[in-house]
Amino acid sequence: MASVPEEGVVTPDGRQIGGVLMEMKNITLRFGGVVAVKDISFDIRKGEIRAIIGPNGAGKSSMLNVISGFYNPQEGEVWFKGYRRGPMKPYEVARLGIARTFQNIALFDGMTVLDNIMTGRLNKMRSGFLAQALWWGAAEREEIENRAQVEKIIDFLEIQNIRKTPVGRLPYGLKKRVELARALAAEPQLLLLDEPMAGMNVEEKEDMSRFILDVNDEFGTTIALIEHDMGVVMDISDRVVVMDYGRKIGDGTPAEVRGNQEVIDAYLGVAHD
Amino acid sequence: MIYREAGDFKTGYREDGQTFPIKLDRWAYYGVLAVAFGIIPFVINDYWASAVLVPFLIYAIAAMGLNILTGYAGQVSLGTGGFMAVGAYAVYKLMTAFPDVNIVIHILLAGFVTAFVGMLFGLPSLRIKGFYLAVATLAAQFFLVWLFNKVPWFYNYSASGQITAPERTFLGEAVTGPASSAPAKYLICLGFAFVLAWLARNLTRGMLGRKWMAIRDMDIAAEIIGVNPLGAKLSAFAISSFFIGVAGALLFAVYLGAAEVGEAFGINKSFLVLFMIIIGGLGSIFGSFAGAAFLVLLPVLLKNLLVGSLGWPTDLAAHLELMIVGALIVFFLIVEPHGLARLWALAKDKLRLWPFPH
Amino acid sequence: MDQLIYATEVLLNGLMTGVMYALVALGFVLIFKASGVFNYAQGVLALFAALTLVGIQQGQIPFAHMINAMFGTHLETFGWTVPSLVAILLTAMVMVVLAFLIEKLVLQHLVGQEPIILFMATIGLAYFLEGLGDVMWGADIKTLDVGLPQGISETIEGVTADWFGYGFFIDRLDLWATAIAAALVAALVAFAQYTKQGRAMRAVADDHQAALSVGISLRFIWVMVWSIAGFVALVAGIMWGTKSGVQFSLSLIALKALPVLMLGGFTSIPGAIVGGLIIGVGEKLFEFLIGPMIGGATENWFAYVLALIFLVFRPQGLFGERIIERV
Repeated sequence: MASVPEEGVVTPDGRQIGGVLMEMKNITLRFGGVVAVKDISFDIRKGEIRAIIGPNGAGKSSMLNVISGFYNPQEGEVWFKGYRRGPMKPYEVARLGIARTFQNIALFDGMTVLDNIMTGRLNKMRSGFLAQALWWGAAEREEIENRAQVEKIIDFLEIQNIRKTPVGRLPYGLKKRVELARALAAEPQLLLLDEPMAGMNVEEKEDMSRFILDVNDEFGTTIALIEHDMGVVMDISDRVVVMDYGRKIGDGTPAEVRGNQEVIDAYLGVAHD
Repeated sequence: MIYREAGDFKTGYREDGQTFPIKLDRWAYYGVLAVAFGIIPFVINDYWASAVLVPFLIYAIAAMGLNILTGYAGQVSLGTGGFMAVGAYAVYKLMTAFPDVNIVIHILLAGFVTAFVGMLFGLPSLRIKGFYLAVATLAAQFFLVWLFNKVPWFYNYSASGQITAPERTFLGEAVTGPASSAPAKYLICLGFAFVLAWLARNLTRGMLGRKWMAIRDMDIAAEIIGVNPLGAKLSAFAISSFFIGVAGALLFAVYLGAAEVGEAFGINKSFLVLFMIIIGGLGSIFGSFAGAAFLVLLPVLLKNLLVGSLGWPTDLAAHLELMIVGALIVFFLIVEPHGLARLWALAKDKLRLWPFPH
Repeated sequence: MDQLIYATEVLLNGLMTGVMYALVALGFVLIFKASGVFNYAQGVLALFAALTLVGIQQGQIPFAHMINAMFGTHLETFGWTVPSLVAILLTAMVMVVLAFLIEKLVLQHLVGQEPIILFMATIGLAYFLEGLGDVMWGADIKTLDVGLPQGISETIEGVTADWFGYGFFIDRLDLWATAIAAALVAALVAFAQYTKQGRAMRAVADDHQAALSVGISLRFIWVMVWSIAGFVALVAGIMWGTKSGVQFSLSLIALKALPVLMLGGFTSIPGAIVGGLIIGVGEKLFEFLIGPMIGGATENWFAYVLALIFLVFRPQGLFGERIIERV
């Protein structure tokens, strides 16, 4: 099992990993007769980078969709911040402080980069319908305050020059970054990244890894991610869950997982005799 | 050289977020307002009011309404004619039931009634999408027209089945009824168009507008990042219908004076307004005005050219108009789905760099 | 008892109207399946076909109205009449040319656009065709007669009078229309299932890219499908035109095919037929039973409201495939 004690630890590079933020207990998810996720339990600690890996079709994305509340599991419990989370609408989950990016970029193509990121702050903005319609004091002030927050994220991710560009015209790598910016704008407690480096070249992967580590470091955001690139996963994550055929076959630090025989078998195949 | 943003520095987010960030645009806007409010009312005559300006302003309001729903929130509606009829019949019932209340209040109330009806017919949008929804809004169109045709209460049991606007005044001037003057009709429509355009602009640049566009561009992602689809879609239906209801009320009370529902608010009206926003530009307030101007002027110009100058029969001109409008719709959808507004923006972009494009 | 017999008669009439709806709906389904285009212009296509048929039959000079206006001439007809069968064949050819032009001028440029953009483009197309039909052939209401039998079927009236003591009024044209529609449906299904072109058509419907990669010409299939849809429109135009004259309202009747499709699902041929029958029977029965209480003419909206309510509970239609949302 995981080697982090209950009370939390300080990692070698000085980051604080705290108590349990989210806990999945015996999750089973079925689509008709197909079992996508089978009796899986694991936890996510405050401040850590938690990776979910596994071969294609292992059920990683389904697991992430359970965490994000897009799918409701048939069995098992999801605990977040010490409370059991019942079936919820996706937008209610967002309000709890969970934000995510998508495997196949899901940005709003018709809007500018700035508007996309501002949309990420929708749960931070409270002004009413009438104030918005009249653009009265409160609404305008709120807009400007939030714009300032968004500009910080824009600076952080180094996308100042494309601020007013419609997202549909951006290249792939930048879109991935804008998507991360939109998720960050919500100031989430838990950030879910679904294959943040899929389809990127080495340089772009390095940039993205740096951003993920910086986000975790500077904002203290807890991150759960799915990724195929083993090198990246082993480099940046604190703990790794390994899945295969919907089951959990390993859980622990990168070093522990690397030495796990079942994991090696799943990735390299087993000789049948 | 004159039209440029170089040197026009912004020092705060407030300035950066304003509607016309470029100085010349701001001046042009103030100039148009000055002419519209300060000069046209003194020179307008009956022909210009009834053939061009009043219908232009009224359709611009309707087009803004539909643009909020279709251009911003991405829900295509073919029920505009029916919703305009709700506005018209609501204002008629209110005008006749409470003759002492100001007409402007009645028109606003008619807008609210339409907003409510629009929300009701917007409910299915939570389950059905795209052209399924478009076809479903046809139900609103046909049902509402039938309702106003068949239930005598709506037209106060008049023998002809028509509704006729009685005379009502605003600030001492008759704005409805046969005695109303061209400047009065023009000004009340201009007032509504101006205020509603301002509201539409504010709503679409704020968080509500972003929620609508998020739903339009990718509804599932929008929901996952926290947009409540029920709220976003229903608010789009309500606000859109409010605009369309006001337009319907003005069309009947100020412009037509008398109306028969099937003729004035039939399915062709739905298409007319839809075409305005396609030609003008989906998701653009300016485009709503441009599209309305285009489709109000086109028949007038064609009629002047073909019937007036060439002496062709009227019906032939009308059929050619159908062909031209249809071809234009296809043309715009192929070449520039963002319509005249986008062409205008492109022209301005070119102008901004002129004469040194590199 | 009388009420029940009347209702049965209404039901039979509704079934036959339903067949007509189904006929128009078939055109929609064909185009939707093969190109993903929701063709709003299908109704106007039927109107255009009927106008062209009458025009050719009566030897009208196309665009006579406009030529007269331009040059001050008084052209009207060539002075001959064309036999019905020849006229139908010529009209079918016109519809093929039209299909070719639509593919060339419109669809080709909209490949890969969102369905809703394509839908709006076909609304534009509908306006254009309506204007074109009127400019070519004139907008006056025309009678269409290609020799289909019309009037009350005395056989049925006689037989039912013997059975129930009340003779059913059923138009012979409706009977013929039902038979022709059924034959057309059977022919289309056979075509789609058993011919090479039919298989190619189904392949395109399933996946454009995959179909292209095995060497199917997308353009050929689209022209073919629009031609077939044009032919179906022609048949529908003949039926409706014979029944109630060739006029603009014909394209509105065809609009009824939309709720039919919403009931049946856009991709299902059996759906189009069952949906058509449900709407046809439903609106006639509703008008008969409820109509008198609420002012009549409920046929104007019944189909749409029924489809709307139905869709809220089953968004994919009766026979449509369930859509699973993913991220």
